This record gives sequence, structure tokens and C-alpha cells, in this order.
Amino acid sequence: MIRPQNTYDRESESRGLSPLFDENLPTRHKISTVWRFIFRLSTIIAVIFLALLLYNITNQAFGYVAIENRVDPASLAVNEIPIEEMEKDVLIALLRENISSGLMRQLEREKPLSEHTRDEVYALVIEKVVRPEAVRTWLLTESLFQRNEIRAQMAQEYPQAELTFKSWLSPQFLKVPQSSEALHAGIRTAILGSLWTVGITILVAFPLGVGAAIYLEEYAGNSWTNRVIQTNINNLAGVPSIIYGMLGLAIFVRSLETFTSGAALGFSDPTTANGRTILSAGLTLALLVLPLIIINSQEAIRAVPGSLRQASYGVGATRWQTVWHHVLPSALPGILTGTILSISRAIGETAPLVVVGAATFIAFDPDSPFSKFTTLPIQIYQWTSRPQAEFRNLAAAAILALLVLLLSMNAIAILLRNRFHRQGGN
Amino acid sequence: MYPNTQYLTHCAVETHELNVYYGDFRAIKNINLSIERKKVTAIIGPSGCGKSTVLRAFNRMNELVPSARTEGKVTFMGQNIYDADIDPVEVRRRVGMVFQKPNPFPKSIYENVAWGARINGFKNGLGLPTMDEWVERCLRKAALWDEVKDKLQQSGLSLSGGQQQRLCIARAIANRPEIILMDEPASALDPVATLKIEELMHDLAEEYTIIVVTHNMQQAARVSDYTAFFTMDDDRAGTLVEYGPTAKIFTNPGDPRTESYITGRFG
Repeated sequence: MIRPQNTYDRESESRGLSPLFDENLPTRHKISTVWRFIFRLSTIIAVIFLALLLYNITNQAFGYVAIENRVDPASLAVNEIPIEEMEKDVLIALLRENISSGLMRQLEREKPLSEHTRDEVYALVIEKVVRPEAVRTWLLTESLFQRNEIRAQMAQEYPQAELTFKSWLSPQFLKVPQSSEALHAGIRTAILGSLWTVGITILVAFPLGVGAAIYLEEYAGNSWTNRVIQTNINNLAGVPSIIYGMLGLAIFVRSLETFTSGAALGFSDPTTANGRTILSAGLTLALLVLPLIIINSQEAIRAVPGSLRQASYGVGATRWQTVWHHVLPSALPGILTGTILSISRAIGETAPLVVVGAATFIAFDPDSPFSKFTTLPIQIYQWTSRPQAEFRNLAAAAILALLVLLLSMNAIAILLRNRFHRQGGN
Repeated sequence: MYPNTQYLTHCAVETHELNVYYGDFRAIKNINLSIERKKVTAIIGPSGCGKSTVLRAFNRMNELVPSARTEGKVTFMGQNIYDADIDPVEVRRRVGMVFQKPNPFPKSIYENVAWGARINGFKNGLGLPTMDEWVERCLRKAALWDEVKDKLQQSGLSLSGGQQQRLCIARAIANRPEIILMDEPASALDPVATLKIEELMHDLAEEYTIIVVTHNMQQAARVSDYTAFFTMDDDRAGTLVEYGPTAKIFTNPGDPRTESYITGRFG
């Protein structure tokens, strides 16, 4: 009996004897197992580094502190009334007696003492007169596992000092301004400075960035000039931030000083003698994030399906009606996400602000775009470069605060995106 | 001059030596076509022969492609719509369009119909229909009213594919166009939804001129009064081979290319 050739082939193949294919299935599975292992390993390494970072920061942000008062509060008691129970006037008198007249003048200049509340004056007495000092700090891990050794060491080396467990990140820390005493230092001025700066950055960069993205995606043709512009924007997104700092220094601080210092608008803040203001910093950061916002918005706009634009043009909409009623609402979640992520980057920027002239020590709140300023990352940078160990604890606490700020901004981005997605889709 | 014009009486829209280029590539070549008023005209032909390009030339949609360039004339209501003083936005109100893939706006069903009318300056005057009435009338004409009258505020995207396509038809007729262009309106739909769209085309032809691109031969035979057969030239540009009453094209084609295409598909 003669069989057609292909019938024979089929039968031998069904017995696993194909002349066309090698038996390579086990090898292929082995290779994919190896790759899965490699990918998992890289994920694990990344997670380990993140965990180490968090461990390192929390370790410094909490722990035992040995606090020594330079002046014993008991010795300050007048007529056997301890300072905790004194009236405001008595406290002011006590303050005047115990600190130098120069410091007193400085305090009065910042805010007349008579306008302070009793509790504020009390805090001043503790800070300036009693002057508690952190003589030694311990890490969180040490505080948890070597308590007895710490106590023994305390008794031996700092018999006068009091041992307390301190969370360097506390409501107090967020509420009080900068101070040269680690125990009294806080980040209020830095947070306010960051918020002011970033507020200006958003106000400038968001409309400009989204506007430019709309122009490039919806209006500009594919001409040579537009391609050059596009390439330049992409490259600008990769320029080191310190370059933007130099640019900001040259343009906003120096050339436009009359505007950025507020002199043109009649603001003559005696403490701000030049253009190193919140306005300059905000504008510099706006320049920095502008390319990022443009690129992110362009991508969001590009992701809007062409069929939606066609539908809109098809019913006789103009370009602007198409953009405003259909393209922008659909692209908005993406635009917002991109913008908030860019703004997160702006909040964390340090280098350009150093160049633009962020002050490292500010003890009073910024109250206008023309104020001197400091920001959280600048504050952290300044604290980490101090020789005293306790300032590194402060820096760790400030880093935690910054991380919380950034994470909540990212959370807002996700919430906004989900919200607009639901509105658009349903 | 025009192929088979002896069958045509009065025309809704005419093309004269129409050429469309995408960059250097000529997509359609010297098209002369007269579309009969209040009839369904089907445009058929193999893939890539420029059927959609011809269709889009009728409402200047090709201009949305940056590299596209149009030469020749498209005469609509006595005017060349490619004249410099003609606003493409106005052309697109008068020449509505339904696309291959249903593309309702991500808005409510009501808004999908009302939006186009509103931006085109829909008037709320004495003796004129209100917007609510107008939306209802358009949805009724699109044979969708009974299915959506209780959920007008739901998203247009919540409807099934066939319903979405009828919503797109309602959206097109809300502008009171003269002509409705349909670019393979049923190719993404199942047979039942397809049938509904075909019935709808038939009904709408009482009031509107319909030009439909289709690659479904039976559909062309079922729904259209006139058929234009396009094919590709040697230089890959689309040309009009034959144009005439559907019955004639399908039973007694004058050109051997038409015959081989039609019979090839019928197998």
C-alpha cells in the first residue's frame, strides 16, 4: 500500500519524532526560569536598598537623648514660685535679667515681648535661660536593645543629665522655626518656604507647560522648526539642575532684581536687600520643571485616541472646541499626574536653590513672594553638614517630613487620576 | 465625461478631477463622481484603493492629516468646498460623518447628541424644538430612543457596540446635515447590529444623502442605490473604475475588473 508522504510525517511527529524540530522544550523552560530569577533578584535588591534607606532615617529620627540644663530651673525660682507657675511679666523680667542686652534687643525687634503669649515667653525662658542641651544622642536600635548600657553610661559620664526618649519628628518640630539649639529647632520656616516656592512654581509652570504641550501636539505642524523645538525641550529635561540655578541667578536674581525683590511693586523689605527671594526661587524651579511638564502633558495629550478628535471635528467643532471639550478632559488625569510628579521633583531640589541664594538660617516665616526663604531640602542639607551629632537627628526627622510631603503629593496625584478616570469613563 | 452619468438626475455633491496626496504619494487619482441626492451610494473596492480618502474628501477630513494635500474640486450646493473662502468647520456641519469604529464622546448619551448641535449654534426659539426635543427626535431617527430613553445621563460608552454606532448616527444627524458619510459603519459590529445599521441607512435615505464605504459586497448590494467601484492603478493610486446603479454594477458590470472583483468575492 502506498501512503502519501505527508501522512507518514504526521504519524512520526505524533510519536515525538519530528525531523523538523529539535527536542528543546526543557532547555527553553530552564532559560525562562533563569531569567525569572534574575528579574526577581533585581526587584529584591531594589527593595533592600529602599528598606535600608528608611531604616537609616528612622534609626536617627528616634532614640534616647541625654539632656543637660545649663542653668538649673530650680535656681531661677523667685519667692519660691517655680518658673512653671510664673506670670508673663515676671517671666519677661527674668528673661531681661539673665540674657545679654543685645539678644534682648534682637528678640524685641523680631516681635515685642509684650505681644507674646505667656506660653511663648515661657518657651523663650527655657530656650535662652535654662538652655537645655542634648549632650549625647543614641540611635533607635541602641535605645531599644541596649537600654541598660545606656543607663550605665549616663550615670558614669553625664550624672547631671536627664535621659529621655525623644522622637525628633514631633508636632513641636513642625511648628517651631529654625534655631541654633538642636532641641528647639523646627522646620516651620522651611515647610512654609517650600510651600511658597512650590506654589509659585505651580502657578507659573503648569499653565505655561500645558499651554506649550497643547500647542506642540494640536496646533504645530511637523515643520523643521517645530522638530528642533521638540528636541530641545527633550534635551532641557535632562540638563543638570544646577545649570538652572545658574540661569535663575543670572536672570531672576541679578537682571530682574527690581521685580523679584519687589522693589518695583513698592515692597521694600529691609531684610531682603536683593533678588534672592521666594519669587526668584519659584521661577527658577518653574524653569526646571517646565520641560518635564511639557513632555508629560504631551504624552497625555498624545494618548487621547485620534478617533475622539475625528468625532469632534466630524460634527463641526473648531480646533479649540475639540481641544477644550474633548482632548483636555481626556488628557487631564495624565497631565495632572505628570505635573504633580514634576512638582515633587521641584520640592526635593536643592542645588539650584543654593545657587539662587536660599538662606540657610531663617528664624521668621516668609510672608510674601518677596521674602527671604529656606526650603526643606536646604534645611536638611544645612543640618547634615553641621558637626554636632544631634543636628543629624534633626536632619533625619526633616527627611521623614519631606518624604511624607512627597508621598502625600503622589497620593493626591493617584486620587486625582482615579477621580477623573471615573468621570470620563462613566 | 462622468462614467455612467446618464443615470443621474440631480446631484448632491460632485467631484471633479479630485486628487489627494499624502506627502509625495498620490492616494486617489482624477476622481469624477456625482452623488445622487437622497440616495445611498456605496463605495467598494479592494483594500488600499483610496475608498476612505475619497469619502473624507467630501467633508475635508483629509486636512487633519498634516501631510495630506487635495487638488481638484468637490462641488456641494453649487460651491467648491475647497475654495479659499469656505470654512471646513461649516462644511463638516453640513456633511456629517460616521466612522468605522464607534467613537461616541466620553460624555452622557444626551450630551453626545446635544454637543454638536450646541456648538453649531442650535437655537432655542419660539416654535423651534427645544434641545430635549431635538435630542429625542435625533435618537428616534437613529432607532435608539426606546433603548436609551431611561438612561440619557449615562455615559455613551456604556452602550453596546451597535448602540454606540447608532448613537454616532444620531450625533451626526443632530447637526441637520445634507449628507452623511459612513466609513465602513458596520465592520466592527456583529451581524444583528449590522442589520440594524443597514435598515437605518435605508430609512435615513428618505431625508439624507448617504455615502457609505464598505468592503462587504453583500452589504453594498443590499443597502445602496448606486455603487462606485474603485481599484488601485499601477502606481498604487486609487481610481474610479465604474459607477452606476447598484443593480447594474452587480448584475451586468461594464468593466472586466469590476466583474472579477465582484465575482471573486462571491466566489
